[in-house]
Amino acid sequence: MADSTFPVPGAIGAAAPRRQWSQTAFLAWLHDWVVTVDHKKLGILYMLYAIFFLLVGGVEAMLIRIQLIRPEMHFLSPEVFNRVFTMHGTTMVFLVGMTYIFGFANYLIPLMVGARDMAFPRLNALSFWLTFFGGLLLYYSFIGGYGLYGAGSAPDTMWWAYSPLTERAFSPGHAPDYWALSLIITGFGTIGASINVIATALCMRCKGMTLMRLPLFVWLNMVTSFLALITVTPLTAAQVMLLIDRYLGGHFFDTQAGGSALIWAHFFWIFGHPEVYVLVLPSFAIANEVIPVFSRKAIFGYPAMVAASVGIAFVSLGVWAHHMFSIGMTSVGNAFFVLSTQLVGIPTGIKIFNWVATMWGGKIRFSTPMLFCTAFLFQFLIAGLTGIILSVAPWNWQLHNSYFVIAHFHYVLVGAIVFAIFAGIYYWYPKATGRMLSEKLGKWHFWLFVIGFHVTFDTMHIPGILGMPRSIFTYEADRGWGTWNFIVSIGGFIQAIAVLVFAYNLIYSYFKGKSAGNDPWDAWTLEWATPSPPPAYNFAEDPVVTSRRPLWDIKHPEDPDWRYE
Amino acid sequence: MLTEPYRCVKWSVKWFLFLFLFLASQAIFAEGPQSTPSIFAPASTPANSIYELSLFVIAITGGIFVTVGSLIAWAAFRYRQHGQDDTSEPAQIYGSTQVELAWTVIPILIVVVLFLTTARVIFAIQDAPKPKSALDVTVVGHQYWWEFNYPKLGIHAVNELHVPLSDADHPTPTYLTLLSADVMHSFWVPQLSGKTDLVPNKVNHLWIDPHHPGLYVGQCAQFCGVEHAKMLLRVYVDTPEQFAAWVKNQQQQAVNDPKVAEGRHVFETQACMNCHTIAGTAATGRFGPDLTHLMSRDTLASGATTNTPDHLREWIRNPDTFKPGSLMPAMQLSDQQLDQVTAYLSTLR
Repeated sequence: MADSTFPVPGAIGAAAPRRQWSQTAFLAWLHDWVVTVDHKKLGILYMLYAIFFLLVGGVEAMLIRIQLIRPEMHFLSPEVFNRVFTMHGTTMVFLVGMTYIFGFANYLIPLMVGARDMAFPRLNALSFWLTFFGGLLLYYSFIGGYGLYGAGSAPDTMWWAYSPLTERAFSPGHAPDYWALSLIITGFGTIGASINVIATALCMRCKGMTLMRLPLFVWLNMVTSFLALITVTPLTAAQVMLLIDRYLGGHFFDTQAGGSALIWAHFFWIFGHPEVYVLVLPSFAIANEVIPVFSRKAIFGYPAMVAASVGIAFVSLGVWAHHMFSIGMTSVGNAFFVLSTQLVGIPTGIKIFNWVATMWGGKIRFSTPMLFCTAFLFQFLIAGLTGIILSVAPWNWQLHNSYFVIAHFHYVLVGAIVFAIFAGIYYWYPKATGRMLSEKLGKWHFWLFVIGFHVTFDTMHIPGILGMPRSIFTYEADRGWGTWNFIVSIGGFIQAIAVLVFAYNLIYSYFKGKSAGNDPWDAWTLEWATPSPPPAYNFAEDPVVTSRRPLWDIKHPEDPDWRYE
Repeated sequence: MLTEPYRCVKWSVKWFLFLFLFLASQAIFAEGPQSTPSIFAPASTPANSIYELSLFVIAITGGIFVTVGSLIAWAAFRYRQHGQDDTSEPAQIYGSTQVELAWTVIPILIVVVLFLTTARVIFAIQDAPKPKSALDVTVVGHQYWWEFNYPKLGIHAVNELHVPLSDADHPTPTYLTLLSADVMHSFWVPQLSGKTDLVPNKVNHLWIDPHHPGLYVGQCAQFCGVEHAKMLLRVYVDTPEQFAAWVKNQQQQAVNDPKVAEGRHVFETQACMNCHTIAGTAATGRFGPDLTHLMSRDTLASGATTNTPDHLREWIRNPDTFKPGSLMPAMQLSDQQLDQVTAYLSTLR
């Protein structure tokens, strides 16, 4: 549709002519990106950062899978294997998970609420560059210490870095220092970005956009940011305490001087469990936009979806010790955390039912974003059910720290979150670049990834049930785990190919993709009223909205939403 | 446009099935003797109550999966767009309070049932009263080996835990007190019970009452450093006669065979004795495993290899052969010293 049909005009004047390449122009371009405070450019920087580290973490995953493909493999030494799996986990959670959130949030929230930028543009730039340099510091560990030989000083204490293994008595050298310092820095970035998201969602809304008309995407990102604010701080505190232990003679976690290993576990999981919801709520946010648009129906039960999101965030703050069922809590303590954990299933169930009800009676268009979202729904259901299984404390005593748990949380982190990220990228890439991603490559990407995913992670539950613990660099030949691990590794390689197809698609379509126009998906939220890509100021005039789906009202003046809300 | 990916899917599924069947048959027939520590083959009361609970939970979650999964599949199939040119919008439905209530209340009921069932098993296992006939064992986790002390019997065993068979008429369960000498570890023998962590500065408990004699394998389940993967566990469930014989042997001082006096001399004059104990000699070190009855064990280095004189010699020469990163140093002994000390240690039955 042309701009003129919308009463929310986008561009002022014609687009700037394409610049010729020259050194000065290149430096000007680079300078422009480095000093930018534009939320859209920062959003793209966050996304590129997340995708880059997704590839790096993926390479680490492949190394792990080569090592475990057969029993008693010596592809990596035990030291290097431990560093690689620690870096895989740390990278995927802190450098991919925590940055994709702010990539989408930065790019989309101002556009969705009809604002010209985030509430604090400079804080936004500061947050990104803190995160950026935190990540660089973490990866500098590979060339620190002994140099590239033996993977340098890369952290080797798992992503949860349980004490007292991280104390100087057991970890001389600098591996835990790299881990703690770089995550403190990215943590500050997260805190800054969270404050910004909350302020933008609450204070920058255009005229008529009450909280109950806020797109669900914005709602969920606001809830996520509240959760991140509450949970990143204890982690930062614990990491500072760890550094005090290591360098200033503290004994918080130094068990040989009366410190407590248990306290670290509590600190870490008070961050670590809500963190899972910090990562998954923004993926729900994406599904909340994609599923209605491709089902051609309004989201079913908007107030219930808002309530369920807030409910999940609230309950998730009281479930952390379900990561510690085997640490030796009392029976009453264990029972409490069983109940609180199972309660999370109720609002989560409401969300799944509402998504299905949104599809019900619609006319579903299975473009690539919707394919990814359908797989997301199905896989998130399974991930939730294995979550219920793991919440059953006695069974958890068996399954905890086994490959079953790894399968479960990869079902969440890959099956739900990464699938939703891909859906989101296929959905909003046209807005950010002005070009469509190739549907043909997209379908290749989807089918290879979904097959690889199920070959890997469905199978991975089984060695866990057969008693295979996690974080082991190899396993005994007589345990009967060999075949399962072989299949898991094969699936991993298929996923790697799929991700390469995706990366190729991103680059290819940037130059050769079909032109997108303003509103390629015939969608309903405000970002689709701007040109693709939107100009720096987003909206030439402040938009005014009267319902949750402003563009629906414009496209269907005979049947506008505000009559029913 | 769609045909290529779909052909690829069909092709992949076919070959995946072939591969799967081939590998499954390999697993069943070709991998030699297996001792898979499956949690679905319980041999002790705690493991068995967990197994029964898990069947109940599988039934509930399986039921939810089939119901909701088919709803998703049906919605995706039934309400897909027919043809690109159908651009009319479907009826817009914004929600329904009754429906929302229904799918809130039903999950609440399921949670109540699940929670009560779970709580019952938690209390039954964790708060089980300890019978007088129970055997006490103190387990101490070390980087990367296990110390098993039997305080009432005066036994210090290592890496291989011997416990008596417990039958319903004469229950002789084993109560484990779990401690750690350094970092966190976790005691996990899946067929006997769930895992419990060994946490420094914290005393944890676990009990087992194995119903069938035999060997049960497990391993450390909490990452504890470089050689975490080779911190294997072996639990021997002995019949009363076997157990009595084992206890009697373990209570003896070390064999003192004059034929291997040179080897003993090497052991007592090198750094070996700083870390290892051999009861009845000058060696009283506590950092490494007790070697008083070394040859009564089937494995070396916490299961890293089998206990044969050749492996023992190689282990002393260069521990990195079997367990790179273990805290046992290579002692730089001469070949003659190696032969002597191996000969000496081989007599410690």
